[in-house]
Amino acid sequence: MDEQDLKLDGNAAGGLLREVFAFELTTARGRCENCGAVAEVGAVSVYANAPGSVLRCPQCESVLMRIVSDGGRYWLDARGISWLEIRR
Amino acid sequence: MARAAVLGRLTWQLGEVAELVDETARVKTLVLEVPDWPGHRAGQHVDVRLTAEDGYQAQRSYSIASAPEDERLAITVERLDDGEVSPYLAQELVIGDKVELRGPIGGYFVWEADQGGPLLLVGGGSGVVPLVAMLRHRTASGASVSTRLVYSARSLEDVIYRDELDRLAVSDEELEVLYALTRERPPGWTGYARRVDEEILREVAYPSCEGIAFVCGPTRFVETVADGLVAVGYAPEQVRTERFGPTGG
Repeated sequence: MDEQDLKLDGNAAGGLLREVFAFELTTARGRCENCGAVAEVGAVSVYANAPGSVLRCPQCESVLMRIVSDGGRYWLDARGISWLEIRR
Repeated sequence: MARAAVLGRLTWQLGEVAELVDETARVKTLVLEVPDWPGHRAGQHVDVRLTAEDGYQAQRSYSIASAPEDERLAITVERLDDGEVSPYLAQELVIGDKVELRGPIGGYFVWEADQGGPLLLVGGGSGVVPLVAMLRHRTASGASVSTRLVYSARSLEDVIYRDELDRLAVSDEELEVLYALTRERPPGWTGYARRVDEEILREVAYPSCEGIAFVCGPTRFVETVADGLVAVGYAPEQVRTERFGPTGG
């Protein structure tokens, strides 16, 4: 198994994101702070094998968001996203 | 298009196994009675959680197989021998058992009849499950959207929902079902006899690449097909993808 096999997409993070956000986030659009690409969260790359989940840009593979949960709290680092446009 | 506003808190609930259907030697459908199920859209999934006696928990996502119009919720599970969750779901469960789940989840990989088409559905292995939910929704809602399903499986025996798909393909003039058998073919097989490649996609693509394409399967399959669809003329935003990983067991 190599890195390619571990790659999932934003759909796989749907449940985790719904724990944190009040809206369905896979249909939200976000901009990559590194390369400027805009994609729906469902289409971004997700690596869930790390301690936590790492969302990466499908264009440049730079980190968009990291979410770690230890049961009692969530730790969310979204510095790789310039903005999120969330549909109501 | 129906989009929920602020969603309720995503909570774990219990579903009771009402029916078990053997689909293939390795694949089983669990039909669940879920009290207060809020309904779902074709293509969405649920998270299933198992808890061991010592408190250890394992969680996996499974696509919903049933149509939104169906009375009960169905998920289809492929048994992965080294998996933590699927062997229990596909082998140990009996009717009356309770399963802990939450959902529905997802909105990106969703098709509703009013989105129209034509629809090009490309599935690899158990990646066909959410695509079949879309087909069932299409039939149940009376939508006559022109649809092609290209289904890659190792052999005819590995094709999930085969009777239903073959029946639908005969009775529905707007639906074509094409199998690509990658390992074993029955004698006289006239369908595709290799992995889905650009040449196959060129043959099955709709004229002018109109409509929407949904691609679901293992990561490599999805990437090959999605790249192939763009190579034959689909715009990237017409192609919706969902990847199943090795952690899906």
